[in-house]
Amino acid sequence: MSDVAVHEADHGTHGHTTSTGLSNNKVAMWLFLGSECLLFGGLISTYMLYRGRVSVGPRPGNVFDIPFTSVSSFILLMSSLTMVLAVSAAQNRDDRGTTLWLSVTALLGATFVGGQVYEFTAMYNEGLGFTTSLFGSSFYTLTGFHGVHVTVGIIMLMSLVGIIKRSTIPGDKAEVVELIGLYWHFVDVIWIVIFTLVYLIPA
Amino acid sequence: MTAATETHTELNHSHDDHAQHGMSNAGYIRIAIILAAMTGLEVSTYYVDFGSLFLPVLLILMVVKFFVVVSYFMHLKFDNKLFSFCFYAGLFLAVMVYVIALATFKFFAA
Repeated sequence: MSDVAVHEADHGTHGHTTSTGLSNNKVAMWLFLGSECLLFGGLISTYMLYRGRVSVGPRPGNVFDIPFTSVSSFILLMSSLTMVLAVSAAQNRDDRGTTLWLSVTALLGATFVGGQVYEFTAMYNEGLGFTTSLFGSSFYTLTGFHGVHVTVGIIMLMSLVGIIKRSTIPGDKAEVVELIGLYWHFVDVIWIVIFTLVYLIPA
Repeated sequence: MTAATETHTELNHSHDDHAQHGMSNAGYIRIAIILAAMTGLEVSTYYVDFGSLFLPVLLILMVVKFFVVVSYFMHLKFDNKLFSFCFYAGLFLAVMVYVIALATFKFFAA
C-alpha cells in the first residue's frame, strides 16, 4: 500500500483521494471554526469596548448573577466531556454508547440554553433591554449569538441521534460524530472566554 | 495477500488506530476534573479577594482552559498540523482584531 493511501486511511478519507491526504470534511470544519473565531472575536471586542457605556439602565455588576452563571458554565463544560465520550464510543463502533452520550450532551446543552433564557428574562425585568444602553446591546448580541450556536449544536446532536438510530449515515459514522463534536467543543471554548471576560472581570 | 485485501486490512488497522486516537475515556475524565477544578478556582475569585493577582489569575486560567479543551477534547494536539494552522490562524486574526480595535479606541477616542 502506498504512503499516500496509508495517510488517507489514518485520517479518515477512507479511500477517497484528496490533495492534502486529509479528510476534506474535517479540513472544512476546522476552517469554519477558524472563521468563527473572527466572528466571536469581533463580538467580544465590541462588548469589551461598550460594556462601560451605560448612560441609563443597570450596569453589568447590577444584573449579573455570578453563582447562577457559574453553574451554567459548569454544565456546558461537562457537556464537552460527554461529547468526547460520544466521539470515543463512535470510534469504537458502539452505536448504543454513541446515542446515549450524544443525548446527554444535548440535554446538558438544553439546560444551558434554558439557563440563558432565564438569565435574559431576569435581566429584562431588571430594566436591561436590548436598546437600553450600549452595554445591553453588546451583551445581548454576544451572548445571544453564543446561545444560537448552542441551539444549533443541540439540533445537530438530536438529528445525529435520529440518523444513527436509522443507520442512514453513509461512510464513516465516527467522522460525522467527530465533526459535530468539534463544533460543540468550539462553542464550549468560546463560553470559557465569555465567562471570564464578560462575567468574572468587572467593567 | 491481494492488493485489495491488503488495503482492507490496513484500513481496518487504521480504524483501530483511530479508536486509540487521542486518549482513553479515563484520560478524558481526568481532563474534565482538572477543568472543573480550574472553573471552581475562577469562580472563587468572585468570593475571595485575590488582590493584584485577580486579573492575572483569571486570564491565565481562561487561556489554560481554552488550550486544554482545544488540545485534548478537540484532539488538535494529536491531529495533523494543518488543522492547527486553520484554527490558530483564525484565532490569531481574532486576537489582532481585538487588539487593533482597543488600540484604535484608546488613541482616537475623544
